[in-house]
Amino acid sequence: MRNKAIVSSTPSDGLPARQATVIAAEDLRKTYGDVAAVDGISFSVPAGESFGLLGPNGAGKSTTMKMIGAVTQRTSGKLSIMGLDPDSHGPEVRALLGVVPQQDNLDEELRVRDNLLVYGRYFGLPMSYLRPKADELLEFAQLTDKAKSKVDALSGGMKRRLTIARSLINEPRILLLDEPTTGLDPQARHTLWDRLFRLKEQGVTLILTTHYMDEAEQLCDRLIVVDKGRIMAEGSPAQLIREHSTREVLELRFGSERNAIIGPELQGIGERLEALPDRVLIYAHDGEAALEQVSSRGLRPVTSLVRRSSLEDVFLRLTGRSLVD
Amino acid sequence: MTERAHAPEVSAARARRWGAFYYAEQVLRVMKGYGWSILMYSVGQPVAYLFAMGVGLAALVDAEDAGAFGGVSYLAFIAPALLVSAAVMSAANEFTFPVMDGFKWRRTYYGPHASPLTPQQIAAGQIIAVTLRLLLQSAVYFAAVAWFGASPSGWGWVGIAVATLAGLAFGLPLMAYSASIKDEKGQFALVMRFIVMPLFLFSGTFFPLDTLPLAVRWIGWISPIWHGTELGRVFSYGYQEPPVLTLVHIVVLVALTVLGWVLTKRQFIRRLGQ
Repeated sequence: MRNKAIVSSTPSDGLPARQATVIAAEDLRKTYGDVAAVDGISFSVPAGESFGLLGPNGAGKSTTMKMIGAVTQRTSGKLSIMGLDPDSHGPEVRALLGVVPQQDNLDEELRVRDNLLVYGRYFGLPMSYLRPKADELLEFAQLTDKAKSKVDALSGGMKRRLTIARSLINEPRILLLDEPTTGLDPQARHTLWDRLFRLKEQGVTLILTTHYMDEAEQLCDRLIVVDKGRIMAEGSPAQLIREHSTREVLELRFGSERNAIIGPELQGIGERLEALPDRVLIYAHDGEAALEQVSSRGLRPVTSLVRRSSLEDVFLRLTGRSLVD
Repeated sequence: MTERAHAPEVSAARARRWGAFYYAEQVLRVMKGYGWSILMYSVGQPVAYLFAMGVGLAALVDAEDAGAFGGVSYLAFIAPALLVSAAVMSAANEFTFPVMDGFKWRRTYYGPHASPLTPQQIAAGQIIAVTLRLLLQSAVYFAAVAWFGASPSGWGWVGIAVATLAGLAFGLPLMAYSASIKDEKGQFALVMRFIVMPLFLFSGTFFPLDTLPLAVRWIGWISPIWHGTELGRVFSYGYQEPPVLTLVHIVVLVALTVLGWVLTKRQFIRRLGQ
């Protein structure tokens, strides 16, 4: 069994690099027929880190998560989870993980609290442990007053929180979250992020996939940008932005007809220019100064906005495409 | 000080040994949610059938030719068949829609699949839970049969196990099929109408199989209901048949059960592991 990978050479910003590697992947591949869903990716995650896989739908994030979660066998490459090979030690690997799947799969016919108890039984945990633990987790997930409700009476955000509570029933060392906030309204997302922050503070290693850049920026110490089964870039959100984008971005809208036409007239302003169908992006260190230059050329955009660069810009730079279609 | 969870190694070791029973526990909990309808079905159906056939139809049949059914009353003749058929029909329900629920509709298999349980344990757990349900239901059914005085031999209770086995012999190959379906577009309704119903009618249930023309008698030979019914009759009233045939019934029912289980297991591993 292989577990030689060292801690990444790029420690997360503001956090001391810890020594123990909990997940090490090397040239990991998964093919379905002729299609390579995951096409040779390598990464390692130290204990306690919050590690993200950012990429559009179909990038291979979920497949990677399934291999880490020991529910899908890899086609080739090496993978070790706390020193264990998930292909040969499936139950042992799954026993130390908590998993929040992309689609909720709660037992809708059982009551909220029973969902936690039943799930704990799969780990052979005794009821003497499970009963108080279930109450504690319901408190954590802010669902105490729903304990006796049927699951189908819960809102989307509540179901998500219950799924997270369920994933914590075995006190996992590593929590896998596949698109944890997809389909939730902004308030529900923030509640969820808050809960995940608390887990992180408790030292739980978080592995999450997302196609929301704000989520990645909020939650990840370090991330890999994945596209078409390959890693495009790796680093902390701040690092990636520094390396692949400018400090600020000037967003201009000239009306859908004119965005592309006006592109040439903006040449020379800022460091780089990206003409999208709905808007023109000018990458510059000083967005306001760039806007003044635009005005001085006699161009009058319908709207203009100066903002900080985000991971969306990094992704656009790396792949030439947007994250969310 | 609150109790801590035991180490992951302990979870894994326990799951490796007991996993199927952990999942069976979950299925039984869900079943408890519709326990009332299971009970009503188990009690109501036999009482209705036994009353209609045993009191109504039997009065005509027995008056016509009292020796037509090997010297027993018509009610005693059909009781083992009704017991087996009820188990087969329940199995047909338990191994179709809930399987689709697990893989697709509510994806209930995917939760335990992320836990230390293995796909084959999830399949086995569901089979164990349904087996318990069939045993319980058949026991209630048999009690009704006995109350109607339709099981003259002292060995009639073995029919509870026979009915359960027949349910599995029919249900497990069906479960393998259910696990292979990506979209349910009425296949299950077809199974009920064009497989379960003909088997129920042409498996020597209401009349001996050899009264049928040879051209349709094969339906009985391949039918778990026929093999279960004939076996049940041996125990219920000492039905006379060549001992080798009794052995054939047992072998066929066990073989179908084992085959169904193996195919189901393979299907679960393949589908959940995608």
